Amino acid sequence: MARVRGAIVIDVERCKGCGVCVANCPSHVIGLEHAVNSKGYHFSHVENPEECTGCTNCATVCPDAVITVYRKKFD
Amino acid sequence: MEFNEIINPGNLVYKKTNLLTDKVLSYCPGCGHGTANRLVMEVIDEMKIQSETIGVASVGCSVLAYEFMDIDMVGAPHGRAPALATGIKRVYPDKFVFTYQGDGDLAAIGTSETIHACNRGENITIIFINNGIYGMTGGQMAPTSLEGMKTSTSPYGRDIESMGHPLKITELVSQLDGVYYVSRQAVHTPSAARKAKKAIRIAFENQKLKKGLSLVEIVSSCNSNWKLSPVKANEWMEENMFPFYPLGDIKVDGVAVKKVL
Amino acid sequence: MAELKLMKGNEAIAEAAIRAGADGYFGYPITPQSEILEYLMVEDAFKRTGMVVLQAESEIAAINMVFGAASTGKKILTSSSSPGVSLMQEGISYIAGAEVPCLIVNVVRGGPGLGSIQPSQADYFQSVKGGGHGDYRLIVLAPASVQEMCDFVPLGFDLAFKYRIPVLMLSDGLIGQMMEKVIMFDQIPRATQFDQSWSLTGKPANRQRNTVTSLDMDPYGMENHNRNLQAKYTKIEENEVRFEAIFCDDAEFIFVAYGASARICQKSTQLARDKGLKVGLFRPITLFPFPKKELLALAGKTKAFLSVEMSAGQMIEDIQIATKGKVNVEHFGRYGGVIHSPTEVLEAMENLIKNS
Repeated sequence: MARVRGAIVIDVERCKGCGVCVANCPSHVIGLEHAVNSKGYHFSHVENPEECTGCTNCATVCPDAVITVYRKKFD
Repeated sequence: MEFNEIINPGNLVYKKTNLLTDKVLSYCPGCGHGTANRLVMEVIDEMKIQSETIGVASVGCSVLAYEFMDIDMVGAPHGRAPALATGIKRVYPDKFVFTYQGDGDLAAIGTSETIHACNRGENITIIFINNGIYGMTGGQMAPTSLEGMKTSTSPYGRDIESMGHPLKITELVSQLDGVYYVSRQAVHTPSAARKAKKAIRIAFENQKLKKGLSLVEIVSSCNSNWKLSPVKANEWMEENMFPFYPLGDIKVDGVAVKKVL
Repeated sequence: MAELKLMKGNEAIAEAAIRAGADGYFGYPITPQSEILEYLMVEDAFKRTGMVVLQAESEIAAINMVFGAASTGKKILTSSSSPGVSLMQEGISYIAGAEVPCLIVNVVRGGPGLGSIQPSQADYFQSVKGGGHGDYRLIVLAPASVQEMCDFVPLGFDLAFKYRIPVLMLSDGLIGQMMEKVIMFDQIPRATQFDQSWSLTGKPANRQRNTVTSLDMDPYGMENHNRNLQAKYTKIEENEVRFEAIFCDDAEFIFVAYGASARICQKSTQLARDKGLKVGLFRPITLFPFPKKELLALAGKTKAFLSVEMSAGQMIEDIQIATKGKVNVEHFGRYGGVIHSPTEVLEAMENLIKNS
């Protein structure tokens, strides 16, 4: 059965760790990292990559435009 | 490994528009300004009108908007953006001209410029960010602050009797004949942001029609000054701001679609 | 072809603006200069040249429309009178800070406050010292005839663009309202190319975006910007001083006056000369840059200066600074909207001569 898989790339240095993407990801893919970036923010990171569908919701709400989204259909 | 197969240019479905510069946005974490800045730039990018667009930044949190938007822009004095936009549009009637203003700028100090630009039916777009507070100066009461809302200058809550009512400036200007399109949107969820982007697109497309002014209000949070986390602030906004500032189109194609006031 | 016309000073400004190839005028009615906006509307400037004319909702809006329109590198002007120009000061400060060229006309009336609607020169300080906030200057031109009201429009635009600075034409209700013959210059076509190095035209692919702003969050950056502004003002002081000296070569006593007062002093000078008194008239045409060197040179060979202004005495301070105590400088002037007569000015000079 065909399956749509997604992946996101987060620019962690520009991420301010607001968590809006985390709250808006329908597949619970994203979480906030325990570590901090050079600005001291707990940046977003991908916790469950397998669940990503590439729906772009996270990037659409990201106030700092730090998320790039890819999507591929697998047969 | 599927992951590496997915991340390649052929599968790209979303990346930051090049019209948003690489400069780190000066807004607080979780602030709707960043999303709104990006949506405006996405619209200009998709319409391919970068070389035809002149923007007017205002005073407030978005005072540095011209550092994030890769277009020709001017920084207006506090509240005067619609007057600057009028001047630009009058001498360049075929350019796309917009202002980007907050609620203190547009609905307090700039009320006169706002109402008269609207009333003259200037063929410009106003992007109006309403978070019910003065963000830049540290959380003072705005004309749009809700009844009972605690701010640094209404520390016991906005008292209607002594401080007046919150101002629904968007409904107010929608009554004016010079105004062609008015919509109130938000950017805190994916669906809200997508709708907001559509409204912004309409507000820019309308400039080609030369039928009057288009205004898109974006109800946003100010988590820093509301003293909530970004996610909690968005919830508070849904519970408290949206009932008073309901989302949706108010005027489309010069016709009121919602009974207001 | 140049045309000889009989016009009010205000009308001359309006006609000159059209002929100078101005792209836009934004203004708000106020006595005694409403003829400027009225004339532009009656003449249908837009039809004649494509010049935009718009009546704003306030002087605050008008100056900010000027700010926006002038940010595109086009030739833009506004006009008002004293209370209206006070309202414009915020915008003028921003325009000066952002280094945007434009022309502002002040047809001065009596103040303070709502004051009167008659001629005055009491806005001198506001004009030459920087009427708004921050360290800035305007180039200030002081016309003394309807001809100069006409000629200083293209001159004002030239200086504004040469230095990217707002130029203020400091007129008054007398020059604005009086009718004189004026030789009107030929139509200059409106520009079609604009300076892409700074102005807003929409960002093409082949250049960086242009930003017009007076803001710098970094105080050291702002200090540097201020330093550049001061260097520009110094250059203007070195190169753009304009003045007129009448009978000053052998004068023992000199009237110093600008604008309408200079016209009155011209008559007083003639009357004095008729009486055999060695009196001259020095007329600053640029109030910033102020003709400091020229006045200092005259100070060494003159017994006294009489500064004649329709104010309680404002320009006199600049004369005193310029002449470094080398000459006695006195003031005479009526104010609040009252115009001094040539004979009372002469009388003041005769008293000064008697007491010197």
